[in-house]
Amino acid sequence: MIRSRNLLLGGLLCLIVVAGALVSFLWTPYDITVLDIPNKLQTPSLQHPFGTDHFGRDILSMIMIGARTSLAVAIVAVGIGMGIGVPLGLWAASNKGGWIDEIIMRGNDLVFAFPSLVIAILITAVMGASALNAIIAIGIFNIPVFARLTRSGALSLWEREFILAARVAGKSKARISFEHILPNVGNLLIVQGTIQFSLGILAEAGLSYVGLGAQPPIPSWGRMLADAQTMVSFAPHLAMVPGLAIITAVLGLNLMGDGLRDLLDPRIRVVRQ
Amino acid sequence: MLRYSLKRLLSLIVSLAIASVVIFLVIEVAPGDPASFMLGINAQPDTVAALRAELGLDVSKTQRYLSWVGGMLQGDFGTSYTYRTPVTQMIADRVWVSLPLALYALTLSTLIAFPAGIYAASRRGKPGDITVMGATQLGIAVPNFWFAMLLVLVFAINLRWFSAGGFPGWDEGFFVALKALTLPAIALALPQSAILARVMRSSLLDILSEDFMRTARAKGLSRRQALWRHGLRNALVPVLTIMGLQFSFLLAGGIIIEQVFFLPGLGRLIFQAISARDLIVVESVVMLLVFSVILVNFLVDLAYAAVDPRLRSRT
Repeated sequence: MIRSRNLLLGGLLCLIVVAGALVSFLWTPYDITVLDIPNKLQTPSLQHPFGTDHFGRDILSMIMIGARTSLAVAIVAVGIGMGIGVPLGLWAASNKGGWIDEIIMRGNDLVFAFPSLVIAILITAVMGASALNAIIAIGIFNIPVFARLTRSGALSLWEREFILAARVAGKSKARISFEHILPNVGNLLIVQGTIQFSLGILAEAGLSYVGLGAQPPIPSWGRMLADAQTMVSFAPHLAMVPGLAIITAVLGLNLMGDGLRDLLDPRIRVVRQ
Repeated sequence: MLRYSLKRLLSLIVSLAIASVVIFLVIEVAPGDPASFMLGINAQPDTVAALRAELGLDVSKTQRYLSWVGGMLQGDFGTSYTYRTPVTQMIADRVWVSLPLALYALTLSTLIAFPAGIYAASRRGKPGDITVMGATQLGIAVPNFWFAMLLVLVFAINLRWFSAGGFPGWDEGFFVALKALTLPAIALALPQSAILARVMRSSLLDILSEDFMRTARAKGLSRRQALWRHGLRNALVPVLTIMGLQFSFLLAGGIIIEQVFFLPGLGRLIFQAISARDLIVVESVVMLLVFSVILVNFLVDLAYAAVDPRLRSRT
């Protein structure tokens, strides 16, 4: 397991981000609700490893708390995508070729035609901008991803002998789906989950950047970048740090996803040996 | 092929119809009446009612939906609530920024991704492959709007090669306008080219292990000749799908990049419209974006079937 370099490096990067987010609940180097104007726009130093922003707030502390927003939005959005997409995919696969399958798959195609940003714009136009609406937008976008993946994984399983055995034993389609199919598509879902998680972090950052995501005073990496934009010529660190934080999280998750896929999919592992 | 095309066309029309209903319903449940929003909280009820009548808000929802869709079919998107100008005109002005930007970015992304993907595949497992794959991993992780800010910092603020934002318009000359779109297009293209290079590489690697490639080698072609003559063409099928998907991402992703560079495209239009509660504009721009996604997917499907006859039997 440790032999997978991707998994190790990805895990390490993710650990840094998650640890930062968790520690921020108990402790941050500075209180970000306190403005310290005399110390504004300081470059990185021993007191402020990542410098300070235009209000003199410690950027490291803001990044730590911002990690909470990013992770929370992405986790819940993946949860929505899996929670709705996976049962739909299982249902579609168990009725392959039937009208339920058709409706679910066409519905997926339809949602796919709405890029997550467009969903977010629609939701924001109706309900206003907030972190919750960003979660809903990214979550809706995730549903067809998981539904398709689950369906295609499940379809090949339905042909297998052990499923036939379960059908002969008189189990219902729904029961087979959850007892036998779901555990066997679990690996696929875990790998895709990490990828969607990283896309969720990118999407949240983008939405917050254009003002459709988390609203002040909730710190968010995307909004830190939006604030930094007008000051990038004289205080580039304001833009560098949140950008690098996003890259750390996304790269970590992607590498972990690659590593997990190698680990969980024996076919690929054989090829590599 | 004709049967397949007609079937896909029918599904395109159905998708568009459903999408228009969804967009209309979502916007219609929006709390707040545009007329009262425009007139402020102290407006007299009869003034609001008059404005509602003027904006066409006083008829039933079904009627409004039908007139919206009917208008769109004739190229009439209605009249903006705030600017009182035809939405079609507003979109037409902006689309000449957003569409060229997306095409420019798609071109750049292809120009970067194809050589990178082919190079990596032809050096599988060697340092060249590992370097390219490492770079693409990083490229995927970089948020494009952040990369855009870095480009501005380096090429506009420090080196002064490009302007930091704004768009002079195509009237100022083709190359002047193109230059203004260059940094935004690079920013948009980078993450997409990283994805495309990976798809290109893995698609080529799949093809390289096929029997017909072994046959090509057996009949005396060198590795390189076999790759260019037989491998590349077959590897393009999955690459084309991703390119189709990417075009819509580039068009929608442009919305954010336009904010970074203050480009007067569809993105700026939609954000202005949201803050002014100009719902007819939001509705129409969203419909246009969704239409372009569905249309591009339709074209990719057709291109697919033209390239690979086996796919015609599937739906």
